[in-house]
Amino acid sequence: MSILAYNGGCVVAMRGKDCVAIATDRRFGVQAQTIETDFEKVFQFNPRMFVGLVGLQTDILTVRDRLMFRKNLYETRENREMQPARFAAMLSSFLYEHRFGPYFIEPVIAGLDPKTLEPFICNMDLIGCPNVPDDFVVAGTCGEQLYGMCETLWKPDLEPNQLFEVISQAMINAFDRDAISGWGATVYIIEKDKITVKTLKTRMD
Amino acid sequence: MNFMGIEQFPDYKVPGTQHQDFSPYESNGGSIVAIAGDDYVVIAADTRLSSGYTIHTRKQNKLFQLSGKTVLGSTGCWCDTLALTALVKARMQMYEHTHLKTMSTDAIAQMLSIIMYNKRFFPYYVSNVLAGLDNEGKGVVYSYDPIGHCERATYRAGGSAGALLQPVLDNQIGFKNMQLDGEIPKVSKDRAVAIATDTFISAAERDIYTGDAVCINIITKDGIEVKEVQLRKD
Repeated sequence: MSILAYNGGCVVAMRGKDCVAIATDRRFGVQAQTIETDFEKVFQFNPRMFVGLVGLQTDILTVRDRLMFRKNLYETRENREMQPARFAAMLSSFLYEHRFGPYFIEPVIAGLDPKTLEPFICNMDLIGCPNVPDDFVVAGTCGEQLYGMCETLWKPDLEPNQLFEVISQAMINAFDRDAISGWGATVYIIEKDKITVKTLKTRMD
Repeated sequence: MNFMGIEQFPDYKVPGTQHQDFSPYESNGGSIVAIAGDDYVVIAADTRLSSGYTIHTRKQNKLFQLSGKTVLGSTGCWCDTLALTALVKARMQMYEHTHLKTMSTDAIAQMLSIIMYNKRFFPYYVSNVLAGLDNEGKGVVYSYDPIGHCERATYRAGGSAGALLQPVLDNQIGFKNMQLDGEIPKVSKDRAVAIATDTFISAAERDIYTGDAVCINIITKDGIEVKEVQLRKD
């Protein structure tokens, strides 16, 4: 089995009208054994930027800490908030530095630009190849299922409440068909003036 | 393929020669969706036949009408599909001559399972979905794994985009994770056709082995209606 599927888990991010959403499942397991059901893979890096990391749990935590360090260093030196696009470039080069001994994670970035408030979503493979589409990005062990769900449910210019509904249904129905993702979900809706965090109750099997 | 090669007889190896392994299986792609209702069943399959990055044809029907009320959708290794369906058709003919009646959908389902399990240790590399009307005229769907395990369901997706399509059906046909008051609503025939078509449009966006067109068979007591909807061809 792939090392990226050792702990299981999934993240999805979507673009809406002047908003973005990012959702994660809450399982942390070791192969088929579930260890924890409140392990979230999405981390807040800035007031309007969240990063989801899926893959090997030890690398999720390491990469999260190292990214936070590099981001803080940038912000102290530049004395301004880091834009999501800058952050993505930084993460990409960070991952490519480890081209031949990579961190086993697949990152997803979702946020609004601090100045223009333009929505931004991005995902990468484990060596930092970036992908910046204008619809949705998926990562994790139920990536195929997520693609199927997102491709049918997503449409352009969703309002925040519609976007919440779409991302929740996409995530829950996708991970219900994956044995090593699920056990609850958390959805973050990022708008220019507020962040909404909702915890979803799902089937726990 | 060690067991059929020269590897068993090292004394007979010629130095400096190259050995090519024979691989008996090939994945030719293709996806199937089947949805059953109270008095109908809809089965759809795309028409692309490919291997690797090559498209062999854009017009390959993967739905086999076995009787007036049973249709088999079969994808995977296309030569295995042909071998399997030929055998199924022959066995159905024999049944008809012996018992002077056409096989029921449930009987075909059981037979298909046995035929596939007969090749337990050199399986037909196929993903089968059987759709039909049962003896009461109700729609049924049977799905199989390559060695003949058979499950009766009301909706099923299979083939190369099966993983993409199945959660969509769970949600839209099975009403999974929906907050409903009371019982699960019935899905009409037109709605089933619309959902089957839409899932294929979505799958064609992301799965390179699914596309070109989708062939839809709608089975009712009045017969089998055949429709085709074009999909993206890249």
